[in-house]
Amino acid sequence: MRKGLDTTRAVVETSLKNILSDKRSSIIKKWRDVIVDTYPSETQRFFRKEKDLFANPVGNIISKDVETLYDELIKDDDDDKITLCLENIIKVRSIQDFKPSQAIGFVLQLKKLVREMLESKAPINGLSGELQAFENRIDDIALLAFDIYSQCRQKIYEIRVNEVKNQLGSLLKRANLTFEIPEQEPEL
Amino acid sequence: MADTPKPDELAKIDHTPPVFRGWMDTQPEIRPGIACYGSKSKDLKYVDMPNPRDWSPFDDDWKLPENWEETIHEGFKDRLGRFRSFKLFMDICVRCGACADKCHFFIGSGDPKNMPVMRAELLRSIYRKKFTVGGKLLGRLAGARELTEDALKELWYYLYQCTECRRCSLFCPYGIDMAEITIMGRELTNLVGLNIDWIAAPVANCYRTGNHLGIQPHAYKDMLDFFTDEIEDITGLRMEQDLNRKGAEILFITPSGDVFADPGTFTCMGYMMLFHYLKSLGLDITWSTYASEGGNFGYFTSHEMAKRLNAKMYAEAKRLGVKWILGGECGHMWRVLNQYMDTFNGPADFLEEPVSPITGTRFENAKTTKMTHIIEFTADLIKNNKLKLDPSRNDNLKVTFHDSCNPARGMGILEEPRYVIKNVCNNFYEMPPSTIREQTFCCGSGAGLNAGENMELRMRGGLPRANAVKFVHEKHDVNMLACICAIDRAVLPNLMEYWVPEVDVTGVHEMVANALVFEGEKKRTTDLRGEPLPGMEDEEDV
Repeated sequence: MRKGLDTTRAVVETSLKNILSDKRSSIIKKWRDVIVDTYPSETQRFFRKEKDLFANPVGNIISKDVETLYDELIKDDDDDKITLCLENIIKVRSIQDFKPSQAIGFVLQLKKLVREMLESKAPINGLSGELQAFENRIDDIALLAFDIYSQCRQKIYEIRVNEVKNQLGSLLKRANLTFEIPEQEPEL
Repeated sequence: MADTPKPDELAKIDHTPPVFRGWMDTQPEIRPGIACYGSKSKDLKYVDMPNPRDWSPFDDDWKLPENWEETIHEGFKDRLGRFRSFKLFMDICVRCGACADKCHFFIGSGDPKNMPVMRAELLRSIYRKKFTVGGKLLGRLAGARELTEDALKELWYYLYQCTECRRCSLFCPYGIDMAEITIMGRELTNLVGLNIDWIAAPVANCYRTGNHLGIQPHAYKDMLDFFTDEIEDITGLRMEQDLNRKGAEILFITPSGDVFADPGTFTCMGYMMLFHYLKSLGLDITWSTYASEGGNFGYFTSHEMAKRLNAKMYAEAKRLGVKWILGGECGHMWRVLNQYMDTFNGPADFLEEPVSPITGTRFENAKTTKMTHIIEFTADLIKNNKLKLDPSRNDNLKVTFHDSCNPARGMGILEEPRYVIKNVCNNFYEMPPSTIREQTFCCGSGAGLNAGENMELRMRGGLPRANAVKFVHEKHDVNMLACICAIDRAVLPNLMEYWVPEVDVTGVHEMVANALVFEGEKKRTTDLRGEPLPGMEDEEDV
């Protein structure tokens, strides 16, 4: 996976960081809701309610990885963990009934959640520089999410192509219907 | 055998009914990646199935016959009369919701119409409208709806998103067998020519040639010869097999996937090595190029088609004059023969109750069918100390076991594979209890859904299984997923590649053969895959 998100990286300053840490649980809950709300209502109830990891893998992945993703985003220091969290979530959403934009749109929704939270709490003006940096960081993560989504889709097609190739290719070979050039020509 | 759930386990079932609002007004988009291709005209014609024509589920026009509504209604009525279970299952569901979140397709997709209760409701709503007073009078209020073309398309779409694994049935307080509802629903769609290519083609091939791929006898023999050479390279011993030999005591039938698709081929080599090992101990066995398929895709078409394709097993046993039949590692093959073969094509009164010629063990559970699962046969051999095994040859493997739905839930084969695995390898780790044995999660590609074009569906359906594998991979460093089903062996490698790429897939008899110590064999340096055995990485032969 892609390493290094430092193209527009700017350290999120302490004051905004403090607010984001203080409001951690509330923002994480809302961010999870943003994802879960993309499913039909009957499914939402199940994804939220069932806590067993094996009975409800999707709900648990959303729950756990959104939390880690948020924490890593605030800490701003571990791209590998961010990539892993995104992979876990997007691997699932890329095989479900979502358009690409719907599958990864939750990343950008975080901007809206943070702005809404700030508007109700503190004057945005004083934080504009930091907020801009934080939002740029989210944009970077969104691009990373796009890469991951593409890789997942590509993987599905690779698997499909390889399955066909393995089935047909090995059959023809074993039935002695093909002749492959040997690594070394036999001496005559 | 399967345990009955305890009262405290039953009490844990959440009976809150799922809420379905307006599902009748939500028409699904039939999506590529989820739906399979439509059956081809040539395949339906070959086995005299109705409405043969080329069609695509992604077109608006499915080329239905003119009187399709009448055909389906008549077929429905006929089946309600013939199958009491079907009538019962249409009537007794109280929509308690116990099954709703137990389906691997629902868990993986989040699509509420994949809840088993909802999938069945697609069919029940049509039943109510046509066959119940309440439904006729009250319509939607009674959960009834007309059989329109859209309703038929929706029904088809979801019937082919069910692998007939029966996990949901395990949790149903009434014991409604959801697989039977899917089976009946698929029979109805077949009356108007709506099957999928991946089922219809193997059915036609099987009917003509004897196996799903249409492999002819000489190619079947070529493959076994090829494996004989491979085995000789590895062991230094020539392990020729008998084919179509009259007068043998036992006929061996296995899915053709074992003979023609990796990694099933290694399992096949495992059978061959075991049979060779037992030859001097008195095993008298033959393979057949006619009964060259254990699998039965007719079972995913109609009962009648399942019966037609199954008939070759007893017919070949009779022709060769064997005493009983031994079957390979397979899934739905075992559900068909354990539950249906006796009444389909029995009684097999020309055969004898299977008795192991090596141990003398009588397989009483196969008294009527006269056919025994190889995992039971091998477990019995090990229990009686008839095999010299060196489990350290599998020390590079950290193994977990996937209970295949049909042998586990359908037959109660739960202990035998574990017993065998623990005797042939030293590192075995179970997945969490709610994902194995009777509660096992399906591979997501059974019941004819192991086509390629529906890869997204397969990845969704297999998510709960893969999630449990990932857990043991992370916790115990598990790197091998063992199973006793040919479809599992064909589809789980792909599932692993997407979700847990560090884990590979094997049949149990591949590991048995790796561990089996032969008299007079050369120093074994590689396993059946040609990979170095533990500690042999630097050997020249590798």
